[in-house]
Amino acid sequence: MASETNLNAGIEEGVRRRDFINIAAVSFAGVGAVAVVLPLVNQMNPSADVLALSSTEIDISAIETGQAIKTSWRKQPVFVRNLTATEIAAANKVPLSELRDPQTLAERTKVGKENWLITLGVCTHLGCVPLGAAEGEPRGDFGGYFCPCHGSHYDTAARIRKGPAPKNLVVPPYEFTSDTAVTIG
Amino acid sequence: MSFPWAKQYEPQQPLMKWLDEKLPLPRLVYNAVGAGYPVPRNLNYFWNFGVLAGAALAIQIITGIVLAMHYAANAGVAFNSVEHIMRDVNAGWFIRYAHMNGASMFFIVVYLHIFRGLYYGSYKAPREMVWLLGVVIFLLMMATAFMGYVLPWGQMSFWGAQVITGFFSAIPVVGEPIRVWLLGGFAPDNAALNRFFSLHYLLPFVIAGVVILHIWALHIPGSNNPTGIEVKDEQDTVPFHPYYTAKDGFGLGIFLLMFVLLTFFSPNLLGHADNYIPANPLSTPAHIVPEWYFWPFYAILRAFTFNFLWIDAKLWGVIAMFASIALLFFLPWLDSSPVKSSTYRPLYKKFFWVLVFDVLLLGVCGKMPAEQPWVVLSQIGAAYYFAHFLIILPIVSRIERPAPMPNSITEAVLAKHADDMSAAATA
Repeated sequence: MASETNLNAGIEEGVRRRDFINIAAVSFAGVGAVAVVLPLVNQMNPSADVLALSSTEIDISAIETGQAIKTSWRKQPVFVRNLTATEIAAANKVPLSELRDPQTLAERTKVGKENWLITLGVCTHLGCVPLGAAEGEPRGDFGGYFCPCHGSHYDTAARIRKGPAPKNLVVPPYEFTSDTAVTIG
Repeated sequence: MSFPWAKQYEPQQPLMKWLDEKLPLPRLVYNAVGAGYPVPRNLNYFWNFGVLAGAALAIQIITGIVLAMHYAANAGVAFNSVEHIMRDVNAGWFIRYAHMNGASMFFIVVYLHIFRGLYYGSYKAPREMVWLLGVVIFLLMMATAFMGYVLPWGQMSFWGAQVITGFFSAIPVVGEPIRVWLLGGFAPDNAALNRFFSLHYLLPFVIAGVVILHIWALHIPGSNNPTGIEVKDEQDTVPFHPYYTAKDGFGLGIFLLMFVLLTFFSPNLLGHADNYIPANPLSTPAHIVPEWYFWPFYAILRAFTFNFLWIDAKLWGVIAMFASIALLFFLPWLDSSPVKSSTYRPLYKKFFWVLVFDVLLLGVCGKMPAEQPWVVLSQIGAAYYFAHFLIILPIVSRIERPAPMPNSITEAVLAKHADDMSAAATA
């Protein structure tokens, strides 16, 4: 043992071959460990069948002015509301400076279809379903939606006006495939 | 790792001698919870709650393993499989009610255990590691309890999962991807239910592991005691067995009595009727509320109703809620008073009781709907909670003048005994 050390000391100065082998081996094992962790982490992301539910067709022909329906997209509730002229006027009257998450009604609807307000029915606070889509449910202080969990009030354009939620109700990606049909997602 | 006068394990029978040479497991038990562990002679009944928490964990693991034999972790059938356990499985109703109320009993004894530590200064040097591991156990318990509550897939299960995973969406930029990753979908569904079941089965064993570390760390300095004075010599201690096995056995009897009273006479007292309605992703119950043991933290979460600085109310609430527990990790260094027990800390003792009242107040606020006066009360309660640990405790520990202390545990015990005798004599 002692003679071997002396032998090494005699031949190699500074970084030894063994140091290189140690660092290379441990680094390679580290890279391997990270490579194994990746699929273990990624398996928790939404699976292909969950992602496959990512577009939904809705028929809006039966929704009268002033009415709203609740449907579902990616397992999340969606509100489709046919706004009345009064509600549109109320939404357009609000100055943007008064809004926590400033957006106009026009920005939240499609051109020429300003009466169709399509949003997720998921409160941007902690994800409860706000009330106000069904007949007779409370619609909050601003005549839109009201979340009973922690008291967030949304206005007629489903914009946050009061309570703990930070953002307006999310407008999902959608398009009108005809006058009476909408595809979400 | 024990006092020099601790009794030594000396197996008499040949088989035990043989075992001791090959695998000294009986020796380990003897030194940990047998006659080989010397314990202060003056422990009161508040020292029962560690053992009771261990018993509660054992009950949860046993009932839980049995329930897993009948439960199906699939969003389509989970609710019905729980009803199947309640109605069809032999004694299934008993096992499920025991598991449900066992969780509550576990939290009751753990909260008493924590407040015992706060009152008698058990978190201070040389027992900081015991305290830190205890906080880790508490966090693991909360995670386990939350995931267990999701499994029956009722309305409260579903919306609890939605709200709690929603905490993560408060994190700027990466929050929403983290939430989707945790759930394996865009809302709680089959993927979430399955992984919660997997983790709910795993975590109790992790807790059991950390409990072993907790006891290991405890046995290095030895147990604290009501005077907070460290053990000085042999006359300050008695062997754990038979003295405290007997005392803990008595406490365990009372605990089990309470447990069966709750389980048999009022099994749904601490639950929510809404959780007997199958999960409906399109309709939130009018009043979502977590289980009672989360109420104080839920109140802190909801106390922030306004944006402050550049951070919005939602993120503040989540930060405050996590901070209220993370704060406990710093407790051993926030309280710099060398005196441990409140018995000799007249000023700290008052604030201790104010903190108890404050946590109870937060608990009531967490139960109530997010309306006035509960919002204001939870704001005051949350502010006081943080003030207690971050302002009051450091100041009190500097300005307080401790009461005169006895020199040793034995002196304290004998002085108390003399008082009792003279009181008896005068009477």
